[in-house]
Amino acid sequence: MRAVVTVVGKDKTGIIAKISSFLAERGVNIVDISQTILEEFFAMIMLVDITNSNIQLSVLSEECSELGKEIGMSVHVQHEEIFNAMHSV
Amino acid sequence: MFNTGEVLETINMIEREHLDIRTVTMGISLLTCMSGSAEKTAKAVYDTVCKKAENIVKVTSELSREFGIPIVNKRVSVTPVSIICAPFADKAFLIGKALDDAAKNLGIDFLGGYSALVHKGMADYEKEFILTIPQVLAETDRLCSSVNVGSSKSGINMDAVSLMGKIIKQTAQKTADRDGFGCAKLVVFCNAVEDNPFMAGAFHGIGESGTVINVGVSGPGVVQHAIESVPDANLTDLAERIKRTAFKITRAGQLIAREAAKRLDAEFGIVDLSLAPTPARGDSVAQILEEMGLESVGTHGTTACLAILNDAVKKGGVMASSRVGGLSGAFIPVSEDIGMIEAAERGGLCIDKLEAMTAVCSVGLDMIAVAGDTPASTISAIIADEAAIGMINNKTTAVRIIPAPNKKVGDSVNFGGLLGRAPIMPVHGESAEKFISRGGLIPAPIHSNKN
Repeated sequence: MRAVVTVVGKDKTGIIAKISSFLAERGVNIVDISQTILEEFFAMIMLVDITNSNIQLSVLSEECSELGKEIGMSVHVQHEEIFNAMHSV
Repeated sequence: MFNTGEVLETINMIEREHLDIRTVTMGISLLTCMSGSAEKTAKAVYDTVCKKAENIVKVTSELSREFGIPIVNKRVSVTPVSIICAPFADKAFLIGKALDDAAKNLGIDFLGGYSALVHKGMADYEKEFILTIPQVLAETDRLCSSVNVGSSKSGINMDAVSLMGKIIKQTAQKTADRDGFGCAKLVVFCNAVEDNPFMAGAFHGIGESGTVINVGVSGPGVVQHAIESVPDANLTDLAERIKRTAFKITRAGQLIAREAAKRLDAEFGIVDLSLAPTPARGDSVAQILEEMGLESVGTHGTTACLAILNDAVKKGGVMASSRVGGLSGAFIPVSEDIGMIEAAERGGLCIDKLEAMTAVCSVGLDMIAVAGDTPASTISAIIADEAAIGMINNKTTAVRIIPAPNKKVGDSVNFGGLLGRAPIMPVHGESAEKFISRGGLIPAPIHSNKN
């Protein structure tokens, strides 16, 4: 199962490092990653595969949300289908 | 990989613009529960609802976390109870109590289907059932009731319309300690739909399958934002923008509906595209209409704006899903929409204008509080007007009106939560008593003869 991790907030050092090690600890594989900075605004989007992870998507979503609070960023994890459904005909 | 803009747009819709799945409603047939006595039937009803919907809260909460979209309400609708308890209609309250208990056991906020379909005629057992509604709504907390009094095919049953005016008054009286709250759980329909997921009017039609998942999406805030982003667009472009937004909202709803149906071992029924407001600012249908260029909802131009909105929402939704149903359009409940509340409070929105608006939107006069001394015949006449609009225009119309006991124009009632607050709105003082007391059936319109 694949999911999209979105990290949005004010740019600072080490965001990608923190998120990716957090995911690696949970056996979540990063498939693709893109990052943009609009003025001071940081937006990172990762496509991840949780097939080989033993964590449930709903749990991962909650944990990432907690991590987001710790590092002062907004972190979302969502099943990729929500984006496919909403943005493709 | 995903387009960054699209991903951020989705997150923005959810975080800032109140995009949510308003309700996941499980429709459950109770036809297998019919038994030799009211007591046995009530037990079977309780057991069936508790078993079929036992995982609804758990599953919807999982879905919400996995897809990152809030699912606000989890609900159940059932076969109209008047059918289930036909042989013992005087004991219908036992079924109502069993359903209310089941809703509490499941942890859902509302359960709909304490209903009767009397659009062409009212059998003795149906009348007996309807007479139980005020007491049952007063003694239960989560049960919702509806009565269908007319249809484009059959006409309007004016005996039922007359009766419902009295039933609404009695319901208000019996819940006088809560400003007539019972009436917020009672809807009178013309052309009621069998797959409506929204309360208070949801019931599981007898043409439906055994267990079905119907989903109601929402998103007035998202539509409002879409309009704000094109401040100088002409109305054709505006309609196009609304359509695209409705498409996206519907797709999210359909995804949740399919997934919920799979996990709850039910059939996927329909997605209802309605824009359902809440009293939260930025989640208002009235504010959409004002964003389109009106100084206040209720002024001249409101009906036209609502017509554009309602049609564009339907078109976007129909493109997004082949299983569109329910009411599908824009809701205009007064107490549940901050823009409507404020317009009514400053006298900019009156019942007559709301009535005109119901000719082009998806439902009817909804969550309107009127003075407690409004005569039953006036309430019946309001229902008759609405039903006539529905019957002639081949659309669903409804009345959910609260004659708040001991309140008069200038006062207001507050039901709290999603039901919001409502100023007491003035009604016409001239009597319709003679018209209502005539009874009979208003014949179906000529265009109903399509066979």
